[in-house]
Formats: sequence, C-alpha cells, structure tokens
Amino acid sequence: MPYLRDRLVTKRQWVEDKEFVEMLSISQSLPGLNATNMAILVGEKLSGALGSLAAILGMCLPGAAFMAMVGIFYRQHGDHPWTSAGLKGVAAAAVGLILSTVVQLSKKSLAGRWDFVFMALTVIAVNRLHQSVPRTLVGVGIVAILFHHPRRTEKEDTRP
Amino acid sequence: MNQILDLVRVFAFLSLLTVGGGMAAFPEMKILTVDVHKWLTFPQLIHLYSVGQLAPGPNMMMIVSIGEWAGGFLGAVLTLLAFFGPTAVLAFVVARLWKRLEKWPWRRSIQQGLAPVSIGLLLAGCFTMARGAITGLETATIAVGVLLILLQYKVNPALLVVGGGIIGILSFLPK
Repeated sequence: MPYLRDRLVTKRQWVEDKEFVEMLSISQSLPGLNATNMAILVGEKLSGALGSLAAILGMCLPGAAFMAMVGIFYRQHGDHPWTSAGLKGVAAAAVGLILSTVVQLSKKSLAGRWDFVFMALTVIAVNRLHQSVPRTLVGVGIVAILFHHPRRTEKEDTRP
Repeated sequence: MNQILDLVRVFAFLSLLTVGGGMAAFPEMKILTVDVHKWLTFPQLIHLYSVGQLAPGPNMMMIVSIGEWAGGFLGAVLTLLAFFGPTAVLAFVVARLWKRLEKWPWRRSIQQGLAPVSIGLLLAGCFTMARGAITGLETATIAVGVLLILLQYKVNPALLVVGGGIIGILSFLPK
C-alpha cells in the first residue's frame, strides 16, 4: 500500500492524498482485495469503466501468470525434499507476515475495548465454534455496525 | 465440465467473503477446496498461499494455481474471473454511488463496525493456516522472527518469505 500511494499520489498525481485515504477506506469495507478494489476505484476516476478494466487487468495478470507457473512447477516437484523443506519455512514466514498485518491494522483501526471484543468474537466464532465465515461476518458485523450507530451528538457537531 | 462449474461457483462465493482482505476467506476456502472438493491437500493449500506472497500484485493469486490444477488452462482463467469479477463489479458500482452516500450517517458506522470484524477474520484465517504451518519449535521461531522484524523494521516482506524458505531448506532437509 505505501508503494501504491507513492505511485498514485506522489509520482503520477492521479489522486490527491485525502482522496487516496478515502478510497482506501472504501476498499477495506467492501468485499474484494484492497489492492484490486483500489485499482477499480482509481481506474473509474481516471477513465470510467475502461479505466477500471485496464487497472484490474494490470494488477492481476502478472501475478496470475506467475502463480500458474508456480502451480505447475509445484505439482511436478512438490515432493522433492528441497522443495518441501523450503516450503515449510516459507509457510511459517507467511504466518508471521499475516500476524504483523493483524497487529498493524489493529493499531490503526481499532478504537476502544469493544472493538477488541468484536474482533475476539469473530475469531472464536470461526476457529472455536466452527461457524462459517459468511454467518460470522453477517452476525458479528451487524452487531458491530449497530454498536457504532450514528450518534445524535455527532450530527449536531457537523451542523454549520 | 462439472469441475469447472464447481470452480466458478466456489471462487465466486469466496470472493464475496474477502472483506478487509483475502485471508478473511481462508477458513472457508480450506473447507471448500480441501474438504469438500478435494482439489488439493491442506499442506498444499498452505504452500501455495505462502509462495503466493512472492507473486506480484494481490496476495491471493494462488487461486489461479488451484484453478489450473483442477481445470487446466480454462480452469485457471475462469477461477481468476470468478474470484475477481463479482467484487470488481461491486467496487465499480460503489465508486459511482459513493459521492451520493457521502452524507449518509450510517456510512461511518459501517466502516467502523466492519473494521474489527475484518481484522478478526484475518486473524481467524491466520490461525487456520498456523494449524498446518506451525509444526514445531523451528517453524514457530521463524514465524515469531518474521513478525518481530516486520514490526520493528521496514523490510520488504517478500525478502523475509524467501529467507524463511532458505532457513527451511537448511533446517528441514533430511541429512
């Protein structure tokens, strides 16, 4: 994401900084990966539907080609002792990488102890109670959204 | 042909679960691709996801590998479309509507409410993956090491993933 910001805001000046933050927050609350949602939003802003299409293709095709080749290689050589030893380490490193994302996102977007309760409820529902992801998403999501319902004081604050 | 239809159905469904990031769909992806359709094994899923961290672009490109295994070239292409198409259309529609929603007070509530849930889903996906990936002291050490380095320094995560692979070859290669 820092790389994306550098390219879009600083180098190309396709979007302003404030707009970038706004687009990012939309991307995060929609289903879909942040990177591809950003591509759609920026593409739409620059040149409509064609822009979105070009942006998402550019975003996806190199990685897709890469992973198709990785898949073919893995199918043929996955049992090789070198490959499986290396992949054990790669998978462990990926777990650490995801955990660091969890920590960074929590620092940035969780406010107050109730947000941590909602986060914990989500984890317990999926990992312990074996609820499906959609059921958890809708169930805990609705409670959390209602908890953060628009408050009257906020509306008064924004009055001119 | 049935296989391809299953691929499209499964990945279009999974795409709608990726709120906040691809990892949110991981527990459901494990159930559908490994347990239900048996396109690959759980360790294989973990390996492909992990190597996918090295791919350019979004970090869920391993879905293409699954599509290719289960349905060849056509499977790969349709999986890609099924996984990115629906959410792309949704994002496009929202991009059009968003200006109009700017004054809608619930917009902020939705963003604030979904934040903890999406982080929770990410963590749940991480735990699901850790169950298969963290098998002993060595793998736990690699994971904690990567976590601490990333929290402390600005490093390209791909380098650490490669580093993990090198440590893996050095420590797990049968002598």
